[in-house]
Amino acid sequence: MKVALIDGGGSNIGSLRYALQRLGVEAELTADAAAIRAAGRVLLPGVGAAAPAMARLRELGLVDVVRALTQPVLGVCLGMQLLCAHSEEGDVDCLGVIPAPVRRFADGKDLRVPQMGWNRLRPCTEHPLLRGIGEDDWAYFVHAYAVPVGPWTLATADYGGDYSAVIARGNFFGMQFHPERSAETGARLLRNFLSS
Amino acid sequence: MLSRRIIPCLDVKDGKVVKGVRFRDHVVMGDIVDLALRYRDEGADELVFYDITASPQGRSAERGWVERVARVLDIPFCVAGGIRSVEGARAVLHAGADKISVNSPALECPELIDELAAVFGVQCVVVGVDSRRDADGEWRVRQYAGDPSKTVALSRRTLDWIVEAQHRGAGEIVLNCMDADGVRDGYDLAQLRAVRARCRVPLVASGGAGAPEHFLDAFALADVDGALAASVFHTGAIAIPDLKRWLHARGVCVRPPRTEPVTA
Repeated sequence: MKVALIDGGGSNIGSLRYALQRLGVEAELTADAAAIRAAGRVLLPGVGAAAPAMARLRELGLVDVVRALTQPVLGVCLGMQLLCAHSEEGDVDCLGVIPAPVRRFADGKDLRVPQMGWNRLRPCTEHPLLRGIGEDDWAYFVHAYAVPVGPWTLATADYGGDYSAVIARGNFFGMQFHPERSAETGARLLRNFLSS
Repeated sequence: MLSRRIIPCLDVKDGKVVKGVRFRDHVVMGDIVDLALRYRDEGADELVFYDITASPQGRSAERGWVERVARVLDIPFCVAGGIRSVEGARAVLHAGADKISVNSPALECPELIDELAAVFGVQCVVVGVDSRRDADGEWRVRQYAGDPSKTVALSRRTLDWIVEAQHRGAGEIVLNCMDADGVRDGYDLAQLRAVRARCRVPLVASGGAGAPEHFLDAFALADVDGALAASVFHTGAIAIPDLKRWLHARGVCVRPPRTEPVTA
């Protein structure tokens, strides 16, 4: 099966590619619409800010390409937020394939933004993507914006309140944390996605 | 709930992990990839690689090892030492590092922090601060603190620099308390608390860890997000799985050490 890693310029592309290699999968790093459409699995990485990342996808002519994909698609970190409807970061409309908003964590005395570190995953539904994931699984998060809990939520984490750690709608999936940096938990989640 | 991070720091020289008094008498401890994986297996939450050959020589060291680490390591890692420009940072981040840490070059040119944050996002930008208490009781920053023969005492107050660095786009602060460093008598809680009160981004304590109690104090009394240490981990004086179990039993939220056997 071909796996496409969308090259939108994020700096975690290499890390994600290496994580897939560790699972025996050689992903194709590409911004080519035909290659993306032809892949069995598509990953949308992303580190940085929502508005420039959307601008980049538009520039590459990939907005409608990604929206129309029917194979399993996984957005990672900012890539997950790009799958949502709208982001407060730069007040930008995103791809809209998952009808969720993206909001900034409320800065406060006890809440440091960005959240940076390992947080515990709490699965809130049965789903093949979460196979083997329990309440003792931790993932590495780095983000200042988050998706609230909603019908799209498969797993939550708690940072000054619950937010979405894993989301899904149809063939579109998102992980707010970095599976490529989340040790065996991350490897299991990536494996689940590849075999979903 | 977000866990507190345990962060071993590895000094890298010419692509090998070394130990010793910095810049003197280096003993090669082993291959960087082997040691990175060992700490990862023990349950380290993150690793910092401090490239000690880079900064004092005024050049970026060969970074081929960054990619070697990124290929095999599945926990986050930060590279410190010798990053003086957006281009230097880009090379390290594109090789697979999750974060870059700047210290003396940011003191030379504070705008470097703004530039790095604008290009890569604040989440990639760590500002390292070397600080000690002067005779008048004020904490002030030190530049080129990695090399005692070149260290410069600046008039800049540590607490002012912490505020400025965040304002410019630091996504995390690593505070190295030089008075405590190497003494293994505990982190500098007074200074960490003072910095914590002014630090709205994650704060990592560095310098002084010698016993599990010191980690507990830093988390419970100075409310730091992470604790960095080198020698206590390298010598085996503290084993990370034991440390994490000990902290957990005392109410500190830590990511549990792995219980399953390690498989290749």
